[in-house]
Order: sequence, then C-alpha cells, then structure tokens
Amino acid sequence: MTEIGLGHYLSLGAIIFFLGVIGIFLNRKNIIVILMSIELILLAVNINLISFSIFSGDILGQIFTMLILTVAAAEAAIGLAIIVVYYRNRGSIRVEDIHGMKG
Amino acid sequence: MIVHSIFFYFFSVIAIFSSLMVITSRSTINSVFFLILDFISVGCLFIMVGAEFLGMILLIVYVGAVAVLFLFVVMMLNVAEQKQSWFIGKKSTHIPTGLIVSVLILLELLVVVGGWRYKEDLMSSSTLLLSEISNTHQLGLVMYTDYILYFQLAGIVLLLAMIGAILLTFRERVGVKKQSYLNQISRNPSNAVELIEVKSNQGVKVDD
Repeated sequence: MTEIGLGHYLSLGAIIFFLGVIGIFLNRKNIIVILMSIELILLAVNINLISFSIFSGDILGQIFTMLILTVAAAEAAIGLAIIVVYYRNRGSIRVEDIHGMKG
Repeated sequence: MIVHSIFFYFFSVIAIFSSLMVITSRSTINSVFFLILDFISVGCLFIMVGAEFLGMILLIVYVGAVAVLFLFVVMMLNVAEQKQSWFIGKKSTHIPTGLIVSVLILLELLVVVGGWRYKEDLMSSSTLLLSEISNTHQLGLVMYTDYILYFQLAGIVLLLAMIGAILLTFRERVGVKKQSYLNQISRNPSNAVELIEVKSNQGVKVDD
C-alpha cells in the first residue's frame, strides 16, 4: 500500500482514460466538453508512457510523450478552429443540432 | 518512501476528482477550470516521479496555452450559459450502451494492470533515476540525435496546425481597406497623373 509501483500509475491512467471515454459517450450537449474528454484520454496515455519510461529506465517513453503532446496541441487548435467556424455558420454547437450529414 | 506515497495519493485523488468534474459539471467554464486543475496535478505527478522536463512542459505549455485556448473559445462563443446535462431531453438509448462500453474498457485495463507480471530486472533497474545527468539533458541527448527526424516532423505538424487554424477562421470582411500589391506595382504615370486645363476665375473640381 505504501510502496508506489508501476501498477499504481497504470491504474491512475486507466481511470482517467475511462473517465475520458465516458465523457465522450454520455455527453449530449456541448462539443467543447467532448474535445476536453479527448484531452483527458491523451493525458492518460501520457501517464502510461511516462510511468513505463521511469520504471523501466528507458528514456524513449518520454520522447513519445513529447510527440503526443505536440500532436495533442495541434489537434486542440484545429478542433477549436473548426468549432469556431461551425458556430459562425450555424449559431449553435450543441451536439444534437449537428446532424447535417444524417449520421 | 511514505512521503512519496502520500503525495501520489494526494495528486491522483485530485486528478481523478477533477477529471470526473470535467465531464459532469453543469457549465462549460467550470469544465475548463477543472481541466486546468487536472493538468496541474498530473504535471506535479510527472515531476514527482522523475520526469521533470515533461512535467514542466505540461504545466507551462498545456496550462499556459492549450487550456487557455479552450477558455478563450468558451468565452468567445457565448456557450457559457448553455448547460450540459446528460439525462434530459428525448429518450436516449445511447447512455446504457455508452456506460457498458466504458465500464468494459475500464475493467479490461484494470485486468491488464493487475494480472500482468513484470520481469524482475525490468522493475528493479531504474537507470534513469540513478544516472548522473539530469532528465532534461538525457532527453536532449536522445531527441536531438537519434530522433531528430521525429522532432522536425513535430515542428511541421505544429506549423500545419497553425496554417490550418488561420485558414479555417479567416474571413473576408467588406469595407476594410487593404493594401494591394498588384494595384500598386501596376500603376503608371499615364493613369495616375491627370493634367487639367484650369480656366481663370474657376476652380478645379476635385472629385471625392
């Protein structure tokens, strides 16, 4: 209990990943919250990579984490730009109003 | 060691609580603030476990740039009063499905974590923590030599994201005077200068 090992960090990553997935599935109102759930999922992946990197003594996981951070920042910028354009065209970004493609 | 576990439980409880509040809080502004709290606590966990550079990157770049970008968009789009709620509205069939899928994913991940046996020397050797040079130095030694291609590709990804965001949100406004290089360099004296014969006791009508 007092010895913090790799399993503790992996469990934390699994719980945060689960919360991100449940946020994507259950959200019906706000598409910005879905983007934030994607950020949570990427954060859980980063926790996994960094804890493996530290506990196995290999620096490679931290390099992958840095690349994931870069891609996540780019994804957030593009996603928010798309949301701004959508709001300008339609006047609403509610998830249930977005059915233009009949999906 | 006991201090390490106390701090681990402290930060991880804050991280789990704030990520729960991100997906359940009523207003979007509160969600963004809890996302910032989540990033801060996970960044503190990274610093505590020994990845100082990435922890500081998470604190500075993520809290300072990405989360504030979210905050700007939420404030700009006037959706702050648009409450999010899960269970109102039409009868929804996706909530049980989503719950089942999410809980299954969590159980699978926990089974993998709990039932996996680590190799002995993998868990005992921590050359990263015992090495003489610092974490940032070590990261730079690998990233700028063996992984320089990936580093530059990450830069290109950021450049493309910047260009894409500018192109997506750019809009042509009417009534704004802009500089036109083509008009400037295609101007010549024959149509730019006009010679007018001025009669005496009459002025010159200057249009506009």
